[in-house]
Amino acid sequence: MLGFVAQRLLYLVPVLLAVSLLTFLIASLLPGDLAYTILGDQATPEKVAALRHDMGLDQPIWWRYLSWLGNVLQGDFGRSFRTGQTVLQAVAERLPVSLELMLLAQIGALTIGIPLAIACAVRSGSPFDRFMTGTAFSMLSVPAFLSAILLIYLFAVELRWLPATGYIPFHEDPVGNLRCFLLPALTLALGEWPVLMRVLRSDMIATLQEDYIAMARAKGLKPSRILLVHALKPSSLTLVTVTGINIGRLIGGTVIVESIFALPGIGRLLLNAIFTRDLIILQGVVLIVALGYVMINFIVDLLYAALDPRIRHGHA
Amino acid sequence: MATLELSVDEAAAVSPVRRTRRLGLLFWIAIGWMTFVFALAAFADLLPLPSPFHMDMLERRAPMSAEHWLGTDGLGRDVLSRLIYGARISLIVGLCAPVIGLTIGGALGILAGYFRGRFETLVVGSMDTLLAFPPLILALAVTAYLGQSLVNLTAILGVLGIPAFMRVARATTLTLARREFVIAAQALGASHARILLRELLPNVFLPLFAFFLLGVAITIVVEGALSFLGLGVPPPISSWGIMIGEGRESLEIAPRLAFIPAVTMFLTVLSFNLVGDTLRALTDPRQGAL
Amino acid sequence: MTGPALLSVEDVSVNLPTPRGNLRAVDRVDLSVGAGRTLGIVGESGCGKTMLSRAILQLLPKKAMLSGRVMFDGEDLVRLDRERLRKLRGRSLAVVFQDPMTSLNPVLTIGTQLIETLQEHLELDGVAAKMRSIELLAAVGIPAPEQRLAQYPHQLSGGMRQRVAIAIALSCEPKLLIADEPTTALDVTIQAQILDLLAREQRRRHMAMIIITHDLGVVAGRTDEVAVMYAGRVVERAPTPDLFKKMRMPYTEALLAAIPKIDAKPHTPLPAISGRPPDPTRPLKGCSFSPRCKYAWAQCQIEKPRLEDADSPGHQYACFRPLNTTAGALT
Repeated sequence: MLGFVAQRLLYLVPVLLAVSLLTFLIASLLPGDLAYTILGDQATPEKVAALRHDMGLDQPIWWRYLSWLGNVLQGDFGRSFRTGQTVLQAVAERLPVSLELMLLAQIGALTIGIPLAIACAVRSGSPFDRFMTGTAFSMLSVPAFLSAILLIYLFAVELRWLPATGYIPFHEDPVGNLRCFLLPALTLALGEWPVLMRVLRSDMIATLQEDYIAMARAKGLKPSRILLVHALKPSSLTLVTVTGINIGRLIGGTVIVESIFALPGIGRLLLNAIFTRDLIILQGVVLIVALGYVMINFIVDLLYAALDPRIRHGHA
Repeated sequence: MATLELSVDEAAAVSPVRRTRRLGLLFWIAIGWMTFVFALAAFADLLPLPSPFHMDMLERRAPMSAEHWLGTDGLGRDVLSRLIYGARISLIVGLCAPVIGLTIGGALGILAGYFRGRFETLVVGSMDTLLAFPPLILALAVTAYLGQSLVNLTAILGVLGIPAFMRVARATTLTLARREFVIAAQALGASHARILLRELLPNVFLPLFAFFLLGVAITIVVEGALSFLGLGVPPPISSWGIMIGEGRESLEIAPRLAFIPAVTMFLTVLSFNLVGDTLRALTDPRQGAL
Repeated sequence: MTGPALLSVEDVSVNLPTPRGNLRAVDRVDLSVGAGRTLGIVGESGCGKTMLSRAILQLLPKKAMLSGRVMFDGEDLVRLDRERLRKLRGRSLAVVFQDPMTSLNPVLTIGTQLIETLQEHLELDGVAAKMRSIELLAAVGIPAPEQRLAQYPHQLSGGMRQRVAIAIALSCEPKLLIADEPTTALDVTIQAQILDLLAREQRRRHMAMIIITHDLGVVAGRTDEVAVMYAGRVVERAPTPDLFKKMRMPYTEALLAAIPKIDAKPHTPLPAISGRPPDPTRPLKGCSFSPRCKYAWAQCQIEKPRLEDADSPGHQYACFRPLNTTAGALT
């Protein structure tokens, strides 16, 4: 197992480097003068030139990339010229909110998707199955912001059960905190469960035809055990992969949802940086998010190997 | 052994089941809706609609009436007119951006799948790097730098679609390049260009087209999301996303302002998804026997 | 036959609707096995023997329609409720499938798959179940059984895997074991070992056993009674020695002739049976074997022969032109 992990880690390094390079290039090669933007109306040609020299903007691009990369590796992602906060501070503040949102959303999607997938796989072809599959397909055409509007209208405006916006930190009021996250997490979960459900359902239908399921039935095991232990485990591979890939979509989704529901997370940080042209924060946040995305895919790979021992031993 | 006359036991009745998949009713409804929306958007100028920009401050959030079929929005603009002109924008972005992905990504994919080797590794590797970024974040970041405009938006969404099209094209090419008709063409001494254009391209095109339709659906959604946040098409152009974003302000008083464009967008995206999915199931070369 | 039948298959038919029409996989089969006795069911692929075994276990596909009775230990399995049936399976009624690579769950350890059966039916706790599993693995001839518990099926050889499957089947002391082509997926060198293992365990536990195979050589000397199936029907049934010495059905003769003989001269051509088994969706009016039969005449194509008793006790066959009798052709 260790050998497998080491092998995957090695592959990770060039990908991370490429990601950092791409992020930097996007920032650097586009029009717009950073120094000019920072100085704003105080800009004079001399001041701009001086600031550019201070910030090292007049150096060749490869030098700038390497020095930026060097800083990054030492933990210095830069400092916002608007708020004075370092990128890392800003991210550290907002990260727990986004993570809580993504976690709750993923849990929600799995809670809805897995039981439905199992129920449909067992009743494959029945009216119930066809109805649920059709619903799942339609839900794929409902983007997050549409679900959000619908949920807000239903629960906040009409029924007045839940708040439409706002955030209460967990340590202040756990229940209130969860109430604030309920609608946003549900919004994202509604977009994610169809993909998970379809994938698990089709894998389970295939698995249920296998000989070893017939064998399990011939052994007289309880149906619940056959479903949950014998059938679910071999069917979960694609589910795990898709869950991991979905996290990338979730990250994008959090931007929208945090904005709609006014949650102070990374997504909103990014949006604010865009609106206020705070390019240093923008660059740093994009890099961190991309790095996180790569790491998550890496962990998914490891989980994959843990679930299917054949991959570990190089058999599958 | 002489050939024997075999008499079939009539007791076992034989009733073969139809195996061919028909394009269902839902499929044609979807095509109908797509055509309808497309026609309205294309011929919007010919329709007797009030201008989508004209604000009638006395008639704000007016309910449906003979003069304004779907009422007016928060600034007194005719909703139906904005809806149809918004369709135009959403469809322009929705159709043009995937075309970029289709042509560039498709070409890269076919070439990578056909020539293999280092070229393929390079293409796949660079696409993987692009895919390492959550797409929406990348779109936001680039729009922030480049500024908002219809062209920029279409361009960035198009570029973001390239890896996906590349993958589909490459996978299809890999499956097809081993089939007999390609090997036969090579044995006959056909040049690479000829094989690519005359043998592979026609067969890769159909699955790619199915994927293209799915790409349209996704693009409409992404444009909608960006516009909803105010980062998509710039004002005063309106698209469905902007309408929904504005309608959100009036959820308490006039929810239809958000829901009318929302439902329209939903139906359109659903139609593209349905047609694309059906075509993909029908044209998947792995299922066909050649 | 000593004692009453443990398992009695009575007039069982299995119909499967398929896109090409109704498939009559099993056609009015009667069979029985007594406690401690071994029955061999022999036939080509597609003759319905596997469907029959699934019918006995009540493990048919959802679309299949079963008619008839399957009496096991006094109860009709066809009419039994699901919970009672589940308790019987694995405990009193066990099965070994053909391919141990697909019949063992690839993502669960050998230990899990053994222990779960023990815990389900015998309600042993973890430690006791583990001890018993090790005993079982040793009994079926697997070396280093303690280590095997933590291993996965793909880490074992084919023969080992089948031994594990046998261990699982024997774990709760079943009254009847059905072995469906237990050696077909294995190397020839291992086949004899596995068959000997089955025979040995059967004697030791005084278990009833059904061996399903396409190879007459497998049942010779290892079974008490043999039933030959063709196109979903039993065409001949006899105590094993009688079948080999006094066979009546031309099909049985052809099957026996198709077994390679070790003392035949080199390059002796193997007398294969010409033609193919009939399409089960289009059953023939006459005898199903007639197109391929050397002795067939007009009557064979018009009428289906029924199972009739031969002179020796317990011997039945379905043929209008049986061998070695005055009614049949002279061989």
